[in-house]
Amino acid sequence: MLKFMKYSGIAALLPLANAAQAQSLEQAVNDVFASSTGWFVSLIFATLPGTNFPWIVMWLVVAAAVFSLYFAFVQFRNFRHAIALVRGDYSDPNDAGEVSHFQALATALSGTVGLGNIAGVAVAVGIGGAGATFWMILAGLLGMATKFTECTLGVKYRNEYEDGTVSGGPMYYLTKGFAERGLPGGKILAVLFAVFCILGSFGGGNMFQANQAHGALVGVMGDFSGLITGVVFAAVVFLVIAGGVQSIARVTEKIVPFMAVLYVGTALIIILMNIDMIGWAFGQIFAGAFTGLGVAGGVVGALIQGFKRAAFSNEAGVGSAAIAHSAVRTNEPITEGFVSLLEPFIDTVVICTMTALVIIITQQMIVDPTTGNYMIEGGKIATVGGTSGVALTQAAFGSAFGFAPTILAIAVVLFAFSTMISWSYYGLKAWTFLFGEGRTTELVFKTLFCLLIIVGSASSLGPVIDFSDAALFAMAVVNIIGLYFLMPIVKRELDSYVSRLKSGQIKKFN
Amino acid sequence: MSVKFVVGFDGSAASQNALDFAIARAKAQGGRVVVAHVLEWSPYSFLTPQEIEERHGRRSQELARAEEMILLPAVQKATDAGVETAGVVRYGHIAQTLCKICKEEGAHQIVVGRHGHSEMASRVFGSVAGSLVQVAPVPCTVVP
Repeated sequence: MLKFMKYSGIAALLPLANAAQAQSLEQAVNDVFASSTGWFVSLIFATLPGTNFPWIVMWLVVAAAVFSLYFAFVQFRNFRHAIALVRGDYSDPNDAGEVSHFQALATALSGTVGLGNIAGVAVAVGIGGAGATFWMILAGLLGMATKFTECTLGVKYRNEYEDGTVSGGPMYYLTKGFAERGLPGGKILAVLFAVFCILGSFGGGNMFQANQAHGALVGVMGDFSGLITGVVFAAVVFLVIAGGVQSIARVTEKIVPFMAVLYVGTALIIILMNIDMIGWAFGQIFAGAFTGLGVAGGVVGALIQGFKRAAFSNEAGVGSAAIAHSAVRTNEPITEGFVSLLEPFIDTVVICTMTALVIIITQQMIVDPTTGNYMIEGGKIATVGGTSGVALTQAAFGSAFGFAPTILAIAVVLFAFSTMISWSYYGLKAWTFLFGEGRTTELVFKTLFCLLIIVGSASSLGPVIDFSDAALFAMAVVNIIGLYFLMPIVKRELDSYVSRLKSGQIKKFN
Repeated sequence: MSVKFVVGFDGSAASQNALDFAIARAKAQGGRVVVAHVLEWSPYSFLTPQEIEERHGRRSQELARAEEMILLPAVQKATDAGVETAGVVRYGHIAQTLCKICKEEGAHQIVVGRHGHSEMASRVFGSVAGSLVQVAPVPCTVVP
């Protein structure tokens, strides 16, 4: 998620450190971190020889393609069934009061829909051109198969306790699934995953979110201390995750889908207002995808940007969704797999694409009238007003509606908040996997998590965030190795379910 | 064939009135009573990850509490009055679920109390009695 967001417009808006003293402390922390963890960051984000393509992106996209082929494009063949499941058509009415498929999907989505959908896409399109959209959609569609695989396993191998609570996720399927298949090393992979997950939850799922939310606030309200944002955020998050004030979280969980709908709705209105441009916009997307339209790196440049955006936005393969989905109540783990495949679709194919379309259709990117190619300035496409990142999205929306940038800032803050709540949970699950469940150990994690929110929004600890972003993608390395070994188990579940669905053994209730 | 009454019961004073009414009717007509308690629930509401994890346990607790604190005393009361009585606890939209129970049980009448909210409050929040009257598949009695 979001790694290259740092180079976006929001980052440029970040306030400079408040005092020289704070700066020197920051400097010291940065130096220690950079020197001790730099190798790890370079390893995870290393580019393939002779290209500027990070291998980790290739790793995610290849996995998505493998799963798509292995499961014979389950994401398309069972798309309608997935929607029927979410609508509750196959839910036993006697199970009313249990977590529904819809609820599991909505909660998992609130963890992935975020900054990347608004600002990250602008970065991708701003460098890779309209063509990046095509590759982003393609990668999003393939990523659906990865989600399907990991979430099915998450439910199948979860732990259920006597008090009715459930713990699931890659740490559990790596341990139990490998043991079941008689493979060695499951426990080691599980521990590695848990460690990376904790670090990832501190970084990409926490400090980075707080940092960017503060940036968005500064963009609208003018410069003020990041400490204020941090303390307020930390207090509210602490109330929710440690104080049990679930009502605050419930309010956000309600507002976030509303914001997402509002965002897509606004985008659709802007697209409709320029309906005569829609043919041209798709022309740009296809032409850009196969010719590059003059962007840096040509077709490959557009492809890299699109793939990157999709992989970082929907988290397919990272393993976080498997934790979120594992608590649903169902006798058929595969049904949760079907439901989860809608996640990359909504996140990437719908929401990210809307952002891209609005930027393209409002003609923020300057086209050279003689060649039809983009004007390039310093490796980036020249834009009206020279914006990039979230500022580019804001400019695109603002060109149609003057109030749009304020709504975007509110959306960014709310998305950041819900992402932090979700990641605090993922991190906690990994933490209890390593250190056991118990009030004290859990409180230690929660306190640490909230303190880091303050650190994240008050500073610009580049190397620290680099490291935790790398940890987030290291989760994908471990998780996908596991998925390759465990995919025959998912295949068995799939075949059995589909044959029972066809024979009418699995019935609709409604 | 005896007449069957479904009573929407939540333990409140208003629902006690409805129960009393149904018991009296059932006694007079030689009918039976089904005490129905519906826990408000929508599968489309939003939950936090923590709530999702605890949901199954909570549900068992809620069901046990509803059974013990609300349903049993009501069933006992009706049985003591000499009426054949059964009890049901369900999750769902209250009015819709009462209708569903009514159909399943083959009941002839629904009896509910009303909370007597102001017109404004009912407009904003809706009222069970009001929506029930609109959708009930059988005659519906609202006891003041």
